[in-house]
Amino acid sequence: MATETPAAPAPGKKVNRINLDLQTYRGSKTTLCAGCGHNAITERIIEAYFEMGVDPQRVIKLSGIGCSSKSPAYFLGTSHGFNAVHGRMPAVATGAVLANKHLCPIGVSGDGDTSAIGTGQFVHLMRRNVPIIYIVENNGCYGLTKGQLSPTADIGSRLKNGVVNDLPPIDLCALAIQLGATFVARSFSGDKKQLASLLKAAIAHRGAVLLDVISPCVTFNDHEGSTKSYAYVKDHDDPLGEMTFVPFFDDIVVDYEPGTTQEVKMHDGSRVYLKKIEEGYNPRDKVAALSLLHETARKGEFATGLLYIEPDRESFTDLLNLVDTPLSMLPEEIVRPSREALDQIMERLR
Amino acid sequence: MSSEPAVQDLSASPNAAAEVVNDFSIQVATVNGSGSQTANLVLIRSLFQMGIPVSGKNLFPSNIAGLPTWYTIRANKHGYVGRKKEIDLLVAMNAETAKEDVLALDAGAAVVYDEPLKLQDLRSDLVFYPVPFDKLVAPVCPDAKLRRLVRNMIYDGILSRLLGIEMAEMERALGKQLGKKAKAVALNQVALKVGYDFADTNLPKRDPFRVERMNATQGKILVEANAAVAIGAMMAGVTVVTWYPITPSSTVCETLIDYMKLYRVDKESGKATFAIVQAEDELASIGMALGAGWAGARSMTATSGPGISLMSEFTGLGYYTEVPAVIIDVQRVGPSTGLPTRTAQGDILSTAVLSHGDTKHILLIPNSAEECYELTMTAFDLAERFQTPVFVMTDLDLGMNTWMADAFKYPDKPLDRGKRLDAETLKRLGGWGRYEDVDGDGIPYRSVPGDGMPAYFNRGSGHNARGQYSERADDYKNNVDRLARKFETARQWVPKELVDLDPEAEVAFIAYGSSHWAVEEARDQLRQEAGVKTSYMRLRAYPFTTEVEQFIDRHKRVYVVEQNRDAQMLSLLKLDLAPGQVGKLRSVLYYTGLPIDARSVSDEVLAQERE
Repeated sequence: MATETPAAPAPGKKVNRINLDLQTYRGSKTTLCAGCGHNAITERIIEAYFEMGVDPQRVIKLSGIGCSSKSPAYFLGTSHGFNAVHGRMPAVATGAVLANKHLCPIGVSGDGDTSAIGTGQFVHLMRRNVPIIYIVENNGCYGLTKGQLSPTADIGSRLKNGVVNDLPPIDLCALAIQLGATFVARSFSGDKKQLASLLKAAIAHRGAVLLDVISPCVTFNDHEGSTKSYAYVKDHDDPLGEMTFVPFFDDIVVDYEPGTTQEVKMHDGSRVYLKKIEEGYNPRDKVAALSLLHETARKGEFATGLLYIEPDRESFTDLLNLVDTPLSMLPEEIVRPSREALDQIMERLR
Repeated sequence: MSSEPAVQDLSASPNAAAEVVNDFSIQVATVNGSGSQTANLVLIRSLFQMGIPVSGKNLFPSNIAGLPTWYTIRANKHGYVGRKKEIDLLVAMNAETAKEDVLALDAGAAVVYDEPLKLQDLRSDLVFYPVPFDKLVAPVCPDAKLRRLVRNMIYDGILSRLLGIEMAEMERALGKQLGKKAKAVALNQVALKVGYDFADTNLPKRDPFRVERMNATQGKILVEANAAVAIGAMMAGVTVVTWYPITPSSTVCETLIDYMKLYRVDKESGKATFAIVQAEDELASIGMALGAGWAGARSMTATSGPGISLMSEFTGLGYYTEVPAVIIDVQRVGPSTGLPTRTAQGDILSTAVLSHGDTKHILLIPNSAEECYELTMTAFDLAERFQTPVFVMTDLDLGMNTWMADAFKYPDKPLDRGKRLDAETLKRLGGWGRYEDVDGDGIPYRSVPGDGMPAYFNRGSGHNARGQYSERADDYKNNVDRLARKFETARQWVPKELVDLDPEAEVAFIAYGSSHWAVEEARDQLRQEAGVKTSYMRLRAYPFTTEVEQFIDRHKRVYVVEQNRDAQMLSLLKLDLAPGQVGKLRSVLYYTGLPIDARSVSDEVLAQERE
């Protein structure tokens, strides 16, 4: 239940480096449709946080409104959560990390929540480089209101009821790269291995992470004519490369041939190794990332993998030059100026 | 000098015989962007330094430069600082409005004017003082670009001579206003002197108004109430401030930024103990404030009516999920753009019930700079105590105008952080549900991320007392009933109404916020001029306390004075009162966008009393 503290694991259970078992990283039972891609993402989140040994007390999970936004209830049941209003989870997350910069937020949103009502807040979250893992569970339609088109639906994509989309899609990855997000990746809810690696790398990153996960809607958008169905995505997935994430607390084993791997050192000392398929693809090259997205979209394909990373840019909370103690925990003698300070102000107003 | 013949042609003032000491209003009419603010502030400050109660009101248009603007200073020995309708002394610097301004004066008023405007032929019942500003300023200020600004200081010099404002005080005020800018101080001092000398030589005194040193401003300060709010917020320990610029609230956060940089940076590390973020819009600023409040910080945002509308949905979520935040509403004329630079009390009703579903919010309603300071601090305490958004309802008249105030007192109580769960409480309670009413006052205990206490999922969807998702009928009803109980508890905690009872009065006033100053003066007018005795209750918060009912019971007719068209506070009172009491309520409404004045109140009450 969401109101419990983590309990000690049962003897003999597999535990992680902070002595918690996998169960601790689970939440309440899902109420989404059986087979929903979002549930697969939830499973990967649970595993990633467990395997990385993240303290659930430090994680806050946030969401907006929509099917996707229900999912934070289904993982990390002992973490604080905030289900905000439609499209405006970014503001809540921003406020929360201002209050306590040591918190590790994970936000789950949908394509409607992010690219329609939430565009404004998404834009500014990325622009500020707020330290957050922002996952878009992207199925190109509104599930919770029974299947309307969302702004990420591709041109020509057809709804179950026959409505054809005639507007161009918003490419959230391209948008995020343009805006200044420092970790931008795309994946597919069915690609267990890639998604797991990306999530772990995202946990190690300090800054705004956009993880756009194509997650087909099994009820309203998994049919012929949809460009976000399982069948379509499986046929058109163009992985950027095989990715391995090495946490900083594990022995680092390099099993890639020099010259064929791209090493990216993360903020916490861990590393991401990208095995390059495309000759010369460099995930630190903004222009290359944008042209890749443009090219693949033109061909009706999805480039998946770590599209762009910029590990060195200061996050929003770093920029503010805050004291080390979380602002929310500062005692009265720190936050209330002295009698002399007030006297000084009054003197100036006399 | 060219002005001499004009002066000689004018006849003696109709009022020359009766001197009026320390009781007049000055209106300076200029063009927006002409830099008259320094001259006006020097004027008000020098009167203040001479111990005379003053207030200053800036009536400005919603543009950057070129439109007419008026600055009104009221000096009053009795301490009346509300707007006075009648202008006693006009300084006409704006060609565009000069004629209209002069025609609007009452007989006996005096006009200092820019000579080329040739206003002296418009009326024969006024005193005219023509001044060749351009000729006077040219030798003082060789730099033509600066002349526009320095020109204004000349009228200060003229008024110093005409009214008897001590030059030494003018110079001291100038120093205070311009601070370390030595060159600017020197230049303006010359301009002051030139104005003074010109008046001394060319403008024989023919109006009745003058000042005399008093001792009524000892220990007091001059401050805009937006700055008072900012100081209150800082002293309340605010650590997260999120805002989006909107007139007339922007200076709350701008001033706060200045003060926080001075007093809330860690001396050893140089690091900030606060975060102030200019958000992308009001939707984000309230979202950030709630995110920070949820995570345990004292957070706030400041806005005006249009921003309040945008914050509506989030505010409802904050109310229902019980997240603290302070929202400063510096009210202006609405709706939508309305008159962005004019004052009103027009957000009371909508803010009290802001959002959808069943919502009721705590509103604190200060009347003065002192209360803007104090009630802002109170708002943070109440927001955390009641775990809910709390609104401080000020207005443009308070926020952007200059007020005389008692020096702010250092808070004598520690911060009230409300019912925070800690290990001891958890043990005592033997378990914890986020929304359980264990104390019977409707207020649950809360944990915050990172405090090591059990977590919960903050959700706007239905939830039970343990914070778990629930659509059960009884869970929802129990929850909103508890929220209503919490609101009832708030009646005991909000600032009480202030009552001034006249045991012989049949007639009473209820007012709030900036309307107070007009009501106070109107009561004196009614007593002195018409023999009508009145009692007065000033509301300072919503919900009201039970004293409101008792007060209404004691009187036959109760005039609710407010600055909006639809009697918004009266509507809120009706929700609380018995039908018999409602029948006693009458309205005095003022909604021109200008600050309410005493005469408008007393005239309206007398008219209704005669009915």
